[in-house]
Amino acid sequence: METDWSVIFDYLPALLAGAKTTVYITILGLVGGMVLGTLAGLMRAYGGWLLNAIAFVYIEAIRGTPIVVQVMFLYFALPVLADIRIDPMSAAILAIVVNAGAYIAEIVRGAFLSISKGLTEAGLAIGLPHWKVLLYIVGPLAFRRLIPPLGNQFIVSLKDTSLFIVIGVGELTRTGQEIMASNFRAVEIWTAVAIIYLIMTGTLTLILRVTEKRMKIL
Amino acid sequence: MSIIEFRQTSKHFGPLKVLDHVDLSIDEGEVVVLIGPSGSGKSTLLRCINGLETITGGDLIVDGLSVTGGKKQLREIRQEAGMVFQQFNLFPQLTALENVAFGPRKVRNLSKEQAEEVAIDLLDKVGLAEKAGHYPAELSGGQQQRVAIARALAVKPKVMLFDEPTSALDPELKQEVLNVMRQLATEGMTMVVVTHEMNFAKQVGTRLIFMEHGKIAVDGHPREVIDTPPNDRMKDFLQHVE
Ligand SMILES: Nc1ncnc2c1ncn2[C@@H]1O[C@H](COP(=O)(O)OP(=O)(O)OP(=O)(O)O)[C@@H](O)[C@H]1O
Ligand SMILES: [Mg+2]
Repeated sequence: METDWSVIFDYLPALLAGAKTTVYITILGLVGGMVLGTLAGLMRAYGGWLLNAIAFVYIEAIRGTPIVVQVMFLYFALPVLADIRIDPMSAAILAIVVNAGAYIAEIVRGAFLSISKGLTEAGLAIGLPHWKVLLYIVGPLAFRRLIPPLGNQFIVSLKDTSLFIVIGVGELTRTGQEIMASNFRAVEIWTAVAIIYLIMTGTLTLILRVTEKRMKIL
Repeated sequence: MSIIEFRQTSKHFGPLKVLDHVDLSIDEGEVVVLIGPSGSGKSTLLRCINGLETITGGDLIVDGLSVTGGKKQLREIRQEAGMVFQQFNLFPQLTALENVAFGPRKVRNLSKEQAEEVAIDLLDKVGLAEKAGHYPAELSGGQQQRVAIARALAVKPKVMLFDEPTSALDPELKQEVLNVMRQLATEGMTMVVVTHEMNFAKQVGTRLIFMEHGKIAVDGHPREVIDTPPNDRMKDFLQHVE
């Protein structure tokens, strides 16, 4: 079979629909992951022993297991264990939330703890409660340091969505696979899929670079 | 009337005893200079006053409030006892003006305009009104420390605590900070100052305390005890500082 790049155009609408699903899962997953990760990271950095221990167990459990196992667990094991039925799409989004959350927690914790203790003391010394010191002083400084590692995590999570092929979510990789199965045009389709991923990650990288430039790291 | 009162105050870091049953009463208007060898507990004594360190024995009363009285009370104490650090610790993302206005805004709950008015007055007082819009990174060490003093004053404290405020500064920049402190003392501010500046101690201090192993070893008038140290260890120490 000769390579014929024009077939890509026939399947472009389907591939773009897949890409849209990928973006959808990524965005929802990362929004949730940011909330969960910030919470768990702050629990690790400033929580008492109990909150700290809870966050620690969560983070280590997630970092120590593959994301495919996590999504399989959510989709196949949770219904058995807890009698909760979830559709593949929700399982996929939840998997990103839980998985990215754990890595983001470590990023958040590291960024907050990297801010000099003297600044916290200066804030406390003028009579601010600790939470206000975190909110007004440490937080904004930590945020600037958060951006580069957070960007990496966003890209990793975006690519991780391709693993949800195992539960049959119609994201980009799965769509490519399905097209392949019908026409066997491996070179053309997988090239197109790769390029679409590159465009998505490239856009993310670009946004991050611009944000980084606009924010001075202090 | 005493504004700071250590009552058999102790402080341990684990097994290490850093303050050992300290009794010390400081009156309003006093300028107490604290000296002593490294590790003798000077910083710790200072940091117990505003609760940056938690005392482990005895009691410590600041402006009528015990430092053991809970978080809210501790915040009140901190508003009465401003602190200036060796490393300045200015908030790097804020301008000089915003650094000074920060306390009035977030602690005293003034409006932005009122807070900035307070801040401008204080920057003017420390001779830095024209640097209001500069970020800490754009200021010299001496200027940063003067902004830090203004920041502490902005919350309207009754006492100012200084922990080696000029130790991180080049010799030619020390004086501008010491001058601001001298002026504060003239205005009647109660001050507790950890410093190696013996001239400042003699000229500005009303009382000198020499610490050793977490205890007050000497407590007297600066000129008298510096010129004729009452014990050999203080004599040794002074020779090292000069
Ligand atoms: N957070 C801490 N944890 C454990 N030990 C501490 C802590 N802070 C201070 N120490 C110890 O307490 C002792 C007194 O420290 P402190 O900083 O009060 O001394 P200092 O008189 O200010 O010394 P220097 O002149 O070097 O500043 C030292 O032995 C120090 O190592
Ligand atoms: Mg010290």
